[in-house]
Amino acid sequence: MRLASVARGVAWRSLHNVFTNPSLLIPQLAFPLFFFTAFAGGLSGVSRVPGFDFAEGYTAFQFVFVLCQSAAFGGVFTGFGIARDFETGFVRRLLLAAPNRTGIVLGYAVAALTRWLVTATFLTAIAFAVGMKVGGSGVDLPALYLLAALVNVAAGLWACGVAMRLRTMQAFPVMQFPVFLALFFAPVYVPLHLLQGWIHGVAYVNPLTRVLEAGRSFIAGAPSEAGVAFGVAAALAVLFAFWALRGLRSAEAAG
Amino acid sequence: MSDAADQIFVLARRSVVRTSRQPAQWIAPLVFPMLLLAVNSGGLKAVTHLPGFPTDSYVAFALAVPFIQGALFATMNAGTELARDIQTGFLNRLALTPLRGAALLAGHLGGVVALGLVQACFYLAVGLAVGVRPASGVGGVAVLLVFAALIALAFGSLGTWAALRTGSAESVQSLFPVFFVFLFLSSMAIPRNLIQQAWFRDVANANPVSYLLECVRSLIITGWNGEALGLGFGVVAAVGVGALALSARALPQRLAR
Amino acid sequence: MERPNTIEAERLVREFKKGPRAVDGIDLRVEPGEIYGFLGPNGAGKSTTVLMLTTLLPPTAGTARVAGYDVVREGPDVRATIGAALQEAALDGLLTGREHLRLQATLQGLPRAERPARADELLERVGLMEAADRKVRGYSGGMKRRLDLALALVHRPRVLFLDEPTTGLDPQSRAALWTEVGRLAREEGVTVFLTTQYLEEADVLADRVGIIDHGRIVAEGTPAELKAQVGRPTVEAMPADERIADVLARFGEPVPSAKGVAVRLAGDADLTAIVRALDAKGLLVDNLQLHQPTLDDVFLAKTGRSLEGAGDEEEAASRGLAMQPAA
Repeated sequence: MRLASVARGVAWRSLHNVFTNPSLLIPQLAFPLFFFTAFAGGLSGVSRVPGFDFAEGYTAFQFVFVLCQSAAFGGVFTGFGIARDFETGFVRRLLLAAPNRTGIVLGYAVAALTRWLVTATFLTAIAFAVGMKVGGSGVDLPALYLLAALVNVAAGLWACGVAMRLRTMQAFPVMQFPVFLALFFAPVYVPLHLLQGWIHGVAYVNPLTRVLEAGRSFIAGAPSEAGVAFGVAAALAVLFAFWALRGLRSAEAAG
Repeated sequence: MSDAADQIFVLARRSVVRTSRQPAQWIAPLVFPMLLLAVNSGGLKAVTHLPGFPTDSYVAFALAVPFIQGALFATMNAGTELARDIQTGFLNRLALTPLRGAALLAGHLGGVVALGLVQACFYLAVGLAVGVRPASGVGGVAVLLVFAALIALAFGSLGTWAALRTGSAESVQSLFPVFFVFLFLSSMAIPRNLIQQAWFRDVANANPVSYLLECVRSLIITGWNGEALGLGFGVVAAVGVGALALSARALPQRLAR
Repeated sequence: MERPNTIEAERLVREFKKGPRAVDGIDLRVEPGEIYGFLGPNGAGKSTTVLMLTTLLPPTAGTARVAGYDVVREGPDVRATIGAALQEAALDGLLTGREHLRLQATLQGLPRAERPARADELLERVGLMEAADRKVRGYSGGMKRRLDLALALVHRPRVLFLDEPTTGLDPQSRAALWTEVGRLAREEGVTVFLTTQYLEEADVLADRVGIIDHGRIVAEGTPAELKAQVGRPTVEAMPADERIADVLARFGEPVPSAKGVAVRLAGDADLTAIVRALDAKGLLVDNLQLHQPTLDDVFLAKTGRSLEGAGDEEEAASRGLAMQPAA
């Protein structure tokens, strides 16, 4: 119970900060919307490229990427908050007060997930409002969101681990850059089979490629490689949970 | 060297020295645009198969983007550095010397232009290394470098004005998303005539950043194109003159001496 | 003919929009080669006065002349004559000490050939030669203050403004700075206008002191003159007991005391006589102290408050955090 109450307290405080502070809340909603507009609107001509065979159209194709991107960056933003908490000394207060310190990591992860759910709801509403076509069923779409939620948790735990180790806002690029690379070295604009040369090789081994391809298959109503995608996302979440907990121990040792 | 030239030179040198001693300040403007170039030229290579696409090399098409991203970094760096000087009181220190306002602006922007040119040379070298051959030849490369310097000057002035008005590095940095929006809602990734969504095409047509991109792009992929050059230089001149005038007006208020 | 190194102000005012009158009609005259200590709590108007006298902030009303030049109409001439080390050290953390001095020398228009030698001379003088080629962000607070002073001296100014130059410094760095400022005035005839919130600093360093409170000069004179205005020493006894107060009252005029009872001694009364009188009455005291007048007493006498903590009270009040009276 101590774990749950610590996690609840930390999550409540993080969420309270975000939802009462427009300078934190607005970018969280505006950036995914902007990318969705720029990619789905500006690049819609890409759907005429020979071999592009995504039946639901370019808007749905890009929606999956932007949803996963918002999930990943939502997690990273939570890491920014943790680093800020270290600089202001707030984490030290948490370390002193929390009987179960693992609850601190759990609380930040819950906060990351909750704030992303708000972003995802907003983005979905906009996507449907602009006429996004969806072929998936009542099971396929929740699967897409579950997959993205796992990405959110994994990215949040990654950023949490970095913040716990470096304990400074200067660590923002360290949290952000690898996530940026993983996202953009995946099939962002066209399906994997249309990529050529070195980028195809990189995207092929990039775990996020599995997530994106499966996500797009869900929205098209023709699930493929779902097991692999969930396996990859869950493995990343578990791996980064260990990373974050080891980070917590490092923060404890640093005092 | 006259006193004024001497003052401009030492301030420009300070600007360059400061940047060179903050690796994040010069690594990011070199690496990020190249990374985005790599990502986009790999991911969007298939777009060159669209009928009417002006070249079969997406790298050549996309090489214009780093030049404009460089301008964003020039804006941010110029603005953030000056705002820091205001916040730390360093500008007051300068204000207590016989330094003239014009020399202060010239020195500050001189450093920004020097760094803009270094960035442009780097982008060009990477382009040449991956096989891009500017269609306008050596003369075109020279014009490209002049254009890059003017972009750094114009957008650096914009950042300078923001810093003088707000006096806060955070406020200047909050402009970054605004410029980012301008960049993405332009003909950055695809030529304007191939944008399918009518509303997006209209936005790109109205967006001055499209003309900056197309000016650079014309020199790289199509050769000498008077219209593209005229529009590009026209936009940069308008931004530059406007921003310099605003900065020159804001400086005395900030110095208040 | 060179103009004298004086500082003069007449009815100088600075009002800020939506704010109080930071400086409320002050008159000043500082003579050549004099060290003038401008003493007051935080928020009293010291720094605003310095900003006006150094041309960085235009006055709302009144006039001021520095070295004979009007601070509004002859700003460039004022700036060419003065050196200033303002409250924030205003250094560039990424430049070295030597680079700062060369930059300053160029901006001040020193001949190119003279710049390196002048930089070395000043680095030597403020004891930063060893650290000259290290980036300033690695300097301690004292080193930054010393570099700041060196920068203010690059062009050999005739009038020097130092705004709280020793705030936050350790006693050793403070003493070193006092020595250098004293030397500048005595040996080089530099007029020094120094703001401080430290009584000891004004007492030790200043030839004359002006005490500022709520934007007005409430007292001015040499430290000895000001203390003499307050008068004789005080005796304070603890605890606060009415019978002790009655005995003390025979030796002088009662004055406020925070912890016990106190009187300002009259005539030739001394501590021995008081001890005898208390003993004769069989009264026990926990503590009996003789206080020579200090500048804080001067401040207390002129404003009704103690200088120590006065600024904090004002800041708290301005934030709406003034303490509520005890129930």
